[in-house]
Amino acid sequence: MTQIDPVTLWTVIIGLGLGSFGLRFVFTGIIGNRPMPEWLLRHLRYTAVAILPGLVAPAVMWPAATGGQPDPARLIASAVTVIVGYVWKNVLAAIFCGAASLYLSLWLLG
Amino acid sequence: MPAPSPRTAYWKGFRDGLPFLLVIIPFGLLFGVVATEAGLKVYETLSFSIVVIAGAAQFTAIQLLKEDAPTLVILASALAVNLRMAMYSASLTPHLGGAPLWQRALAAYFTVDQSYACAIMAYDKNPGWNLKEKVAYFFGAVTPVCPMWYVATLGGAMLGSAIPPEFALDFAVPITFLALIAPMLTTAAHRAAALVSIGLALGFGFLPFNLGLLVAGLGGMIAGAQVELLMTRKGGTA
Repeated sequence: MTQIDPVTLWTVIIGLGLGSFGLRFVFTGIIGNRPMPEWLLRHLRYTAVAILPGLVAPAVMWPAATGGQPDPARLIASAVTVIVGYVWKNVLAAIFCGAASLYLSLWLLG
Repeated sequence: MPAPSPRTAYWKGFRDGLPFLLVIIPFGLLFGVVATEAGLKVYETLSFSIVVIAGAAQFTAIQLLKEDAPTLVILASALAVNLRMAMYSASLTPHLGGAPLWQRALAAYFTVDQSYACAIMAYDKNPGWNLKEKVAYFFGAVTPVCPMWYVATLGGAMLGSAIPPEFALDFAVPITFLALIAPMLTTAAHRAAALVSIGLALGFGFLPFNLGLLVAGLGGMIAGAQVELLMTRKGGTA
């Protein structure tokens, strides 16, 4: 892991802050009550479920902590997290069960 | 039900916001811990939470900062995660659009998953509320949630550097995100978006600068939108 460069860090913090505020302000503040095109709304509905899985998939398959080698403990923990979250629709329960299964399998397999 | 005064609406919002502390506190602690693990100083971590005030986007940015991704890719990915804020903003506009500019700006800064969810449910249930009551309710719901986000981040940041590597905290971010995503997979369109995103992210993992993530995000959004269209045509309703 490389040290994060402070200039990059602050560019990200400030850029992300301004950008997020822009996204939050764009309609309430600027566009007002004008309607948005349906095709745009239809795509916006899926941004979270389209970005977040893509973000974690490589970290799950090729974790940096094991030098990019697939790791059984982390794969098991990921599966448990997804199943608990999907079945119970409860974020905290999924985090808790995922973390518990990670430690358990690291201890059993490690 | 008699029309509540703004003060009543404020306290109703406050009470409705309270249960979200169960989510905000552990999530904020975790962000503080993960950010300091990634090498951020305590004041940098706290600034992150105050300036950006969006958990999922903050975790995204930290993960990509650790992977040494280019600044533009980090910003594009984290802002894409936050695109839903534009949708929240759009759906709050009919309710708060009449407020003075400074109130709208303040409400925009405090538009987070929890305040939005509380407000939109309350506005649906209480169609008789006037503008003042709606604004008061919104800030009521914000009051317990947002300051605790800062406090929990600070707590996690001060704790973070004391946690040894055996705790496998590298995997805190993936687990948190998987836990956030799984309950969202309620329709075929959401599941399609997630599966396409995973496939593309792994398939295009060889691309430099984490560009595979942008391919995965766009592909996932298109897949979700297309499946939604398909289901609507087939079933009459989405």
